[in-house]
Amino acid sequence: MFGSVRKPGYVKSRAAGPSEISELQVWITSADSECDSYPSLTSDESYELTVDQPNAVLKASKVWGALRGLETFSQLVYEDAYGAKNINSTTISDFPRFAHRGILLDTSRHFLPIKVILANLEAMAMNKFNVFHWHIVDDPSFPYLSRTFPQLSQQGAYHPYTHVYTPADVKMIIEFARLRGIRVIPEFDTPGHTQSWGKGQKDLLTPCYSGTTPSGTFGPVNPILNTTYSFMRQLFSEISSVFPDAYVHLGGDEVDFSCWRSNPDIQNFMEQQGFGQDYSKLESFYIQKLKGYMIWQEVFDNGLKPDTLIHVWKGNQQQYKDEMANITSAGYHTLLSTPWYLNRISYGQDWQGVYRADPQDFKGTEAQKKLVIGGEACLWGEYVDATNLTPRLWPRASAVAERLWSAKEVTDISDAYSRLSMHRCRLVERGIPAEPLFTSFCPHEYKGV
Amino acid sequence: MSATLRLALLLLAVAVCQGYQSNDIDEEDELVYEPSKYGSLWPLPQKVRVSEVSFKLPSASFKIVDAKESSAGPSCSLLQNAYRRYYEYMFGSVRKPGYVKSRAAGPSEISELQVWITSADSECDSYPSLTSDESYELTVDQPNAVLKASKVWGALRGLETFSQLVYEDAYGAKNINSTTISDFPRFAHRGILLDTSRHFLPIKVILANLEAMAMNKFNVFHWHIVDDPSFPYLSRTFPQLSQQGAYHPYTHVYTPADVKMIIEFARLRGIRVIPEFDTPGHTQSWGKGQKDLLTPCYSGTTPSGTFGPVNPILNTTYSFMRQLFSEISSVFPDAYVHLGGDEVDFSCWRSNPDIQNFMEQQGFGQDYSKLESFYIQKLLDIVTTTQKGYMIWQEVFDNGVKLKPDTVVHVWMGNRVEEEMQNVTEAGYTTILSSPWYLDYISYGQDWQKYYKVEPLSFKGTEAQKKLVIGGEACLWGEYVDATNLTPRLWPRASAVAERLWSAKEVTDISDAYSRLSMHRCRLVERGIPAEPLFTSFCPHEYKGV
Repeated sequence: MFGSVRKPGYVKSRAAGPSEISELQVWITSADSECDSYPSLTSDESYELTVDQPNAVLKASKVWGALRGLETFSQLVYEDAYGAKNINSTTISDFPRFAHRGILLDTSRHFLPIKVILANLEAMAMNKFNVFHWHIVDDPSFPYLSRTFPQLSQQGAYHPYTHVYTPADVKMIIEFARLRGIRVIPEFDTPGHTQSWGKGQKDLLTPCYSGTTPSGTFGPVNPILNTTYSFMRQLFSEISSVFPDAYVHLGGDEVDFSCWRSNPDIQNFMEQQGFGQDYSKLESFYIQKLKGYMIWQEVFDNGLKPDTLIHVWKGNQQQYKDEMANITSAGYHTLLSTPWYLNRISYGQDWQGVYRADPQDFKGTEAQKKLVIGGEACLWGEYVDATNLTPRLWPRASAVAERLWSAKEVTDISDAYSRLSMHRCRLVERGIPAEPLFTSFCPHEYKGV
Repeated sequence: MSATLRLALLLLAVAVCQGYQSNDIDEEDELVYEPSKYGSLWPLPQKVRVSEVSFKLPSASFKIVDAKESSAGPSCSLLQNAYRRYYEYMFGSVRKPGYVKSRAAGPSEISELQVWITSADSECDSYPSLTSDESYELTVDQPNAVLKASKVWGALRGLETFSQLVYEDAYGAKNINSTTISDFPRFAHRGILLDTSRHFLPIKVILANLEAMAMNKFNVFHWHIVDDPSFPYLSRTFPQLSQQGAYHPYTHVYTPADVKMIIEFARLRGIRVIPEFDTPGHTQSWGKGQKDLLTPCYSGTTPSGTFGPVNPILNTTYSFMRQLFSEISSVFPDAYVHLGGDEVDFSCWRSNPDIQNFMEQQGFGQDYSKLESFYIQKLLDIVTTTQKGYMIWQEVFDNGVKLKPDTVVHVWMGNRVEEEMQNVTEAGYTTILSSPWYLDYISYGQDWQKYYKVEPLSFKGTEAQKKLVIGGEACLWGEYVDATNLTPRLWPRASAVAERLWSAKEVTDISDAYSRLSMHRCRLVERGIPAEPLFTSFCPHEYKGV
């Protein structure tokens, strides 16, 4: 708020003038502020903000609400014609519409230096996002330095020293996120999307066959070997200790069956199991065993069953709405990403289409709609790295941020344009190179290249 | 929550959908990365022979010097600056204990690049022009590498090429292979258009992109400096134009000093700066500081309060233009100015009674393109008296305006491009092409390929006609672009255009281009230019910014 002000020196105590507010008091009302906890899906992010004399007061049950309220307070401050900082008398009562408001970043297609990840966590906090879905490994590279299996990154990373995330790096990112009320959910996507895993872990992937001989290429994780599951158990045990969030994303997308089909051992197994030619049964077999190896220690006591959370990402507009309807009618909790694939760029103000998509916009009962716990804006990395990530993500992701936080009725595009333009200039002033919405200018333009 | 009692809940991404288009996996043909025999050269020189013989480059004592016989010497600051710049590019990352002044060259070393300007007039202190000689010959062999060029412009191009031949071996030492190159550009006009009216671009960004242009052998900066939304050009003759018309009269303007700096920075890199003061349309911001310049629109019989294109019927308009273009011609040294002339909306003219009268008097009927021609004609005459040649957007030609023979017609519209190229060259005008290279039109995927595949001379015409096509420009219009996203949006996509305009017509192998361009892109990043990735990949030295 005051970084740009040239103050001669900080004045420790000074009586407040007649029309001044010189203090913002932050009041955590709950006995357990959760200050040293990690944020979770059920964290209370609500707050009340009263800006009036003698002091402004920010009241929240937990520290998470206070973080959200501080951001809001900072957005109320403006400069008058004299360049002096002002704020208007305001009363705000706020809480998020959806509890899971995330951003997916992909650090496998391109390695993302820590600096970029941290800068984007900053930007997320400015937009009240609360989940960093870290798609950390995939086919092209394995940058996660595992203590249990260091050869995974030794062999699988783009470069074992310069293009890895060490345990210290991961710790730093998790803590940086926590201090901003952001959960870090890692995704270790299997059984597909695992080419880079096979480099450092012999026999993990299925050898593909050309007729009766191995072709030399590899396919998805081999679901019929016991070694596969003992590897997964050890790896996920490490992952669950490194990443404190209650959730891990297991991926499970885009499994190409052709390699499995070509492998005689797998063909035998399919026969033994009575799966016929239906390889999706083999995939289910794998996923069930994976889940089975997770350590179930405690039942989540807020009504959310220890259940599968379905992440909807495919299809066009009508299809994803049908999908949301189907999944919720089957009783599953769901997250929406389909209309928010921000890696899909196009010419013009595409933030508007992003803004209009609503996760509860499908035919279903109230109970069904309650099963939608939020959504995620995804920035897949095929064409994205540190050179262009931040302007590509912001302020387009801000449109998703409002859709997931604000009330369903907040849909006026012109009003949104006005507020978002100013919010964008504020992001720029705070050092985030958020790109312009349209022809315009900011009082303080971005100073980088 | 205690560490032992932790529940790992599960998230599954379910691809249950029937798998329709929107977010499917990338179905593009994946270009298999195989190293090119040309290494990382970009754009590909006309003639290259690289051998297997390699030499070491001693970073601590490597020198770039003027050859004894060169017509350029220590007073040629353009070359001296270039030597320093390229030394920094090639050896900047090396941690040298100190520069070793003299040291005998080892057996497999090349310790000197000699630059030999062969023409008596090196043109060292001149401004580059359309007819500048950018050709050069480069011989990398012992005892010294030699770069021979007629003029300094060729030397600049050759220095870039030389720097692209340097590579690091397994020991991190700088190496270069024995190479012979003979090179010159296919097209003489290879430009980039930047728009500083839709969004103000701080000087830093313009300079950084001039640097990147030089690394890609671009030689024209088409500065679309003013337009409807803002007028950032601080005119000495009419300071109120920016005072009233800029987004902010102090923080969002280009002062005379700024403009001078940009022009000189460009000159030192062999880049021409061609300003565009687009009229009679695209001038909303001009009217803020110049009363009576724009046409008042009418709602029936009363002025509506809004304004249209420049008012072509007042004498004051032409005396204003005369003074402004007189200033422009002295501030911008290039032989050409771009006068715009595109997208003139006739509805405001049509609504104005004085203009209606004028149309009658002139016998133009209802044909407002005749009024447009009337204006342009007078403007062209004014500009001619300032001793400048002019470039205009294609509409001016399409509308039948009488143009000087050396007018450059800028083809930009997306429809009927080949027909337009045919017509313009048939009428005898020099032409530059931008239609397929509007880089502001972003889309998902490797769109650099479609820019690369363009063949500017693919229209039906005689040899003589084809010779009239002097080049092209990649345009980055500013509606959605400013300092936050300009550089990654421009590079390396514009590099595809760079090779199409420099290299030989037959250089079309996309896989080979992918290999060289990927490496060229990493080099841009190493040199501090945030050029975005082509596809899934990595650079040994990633971009260190945000």
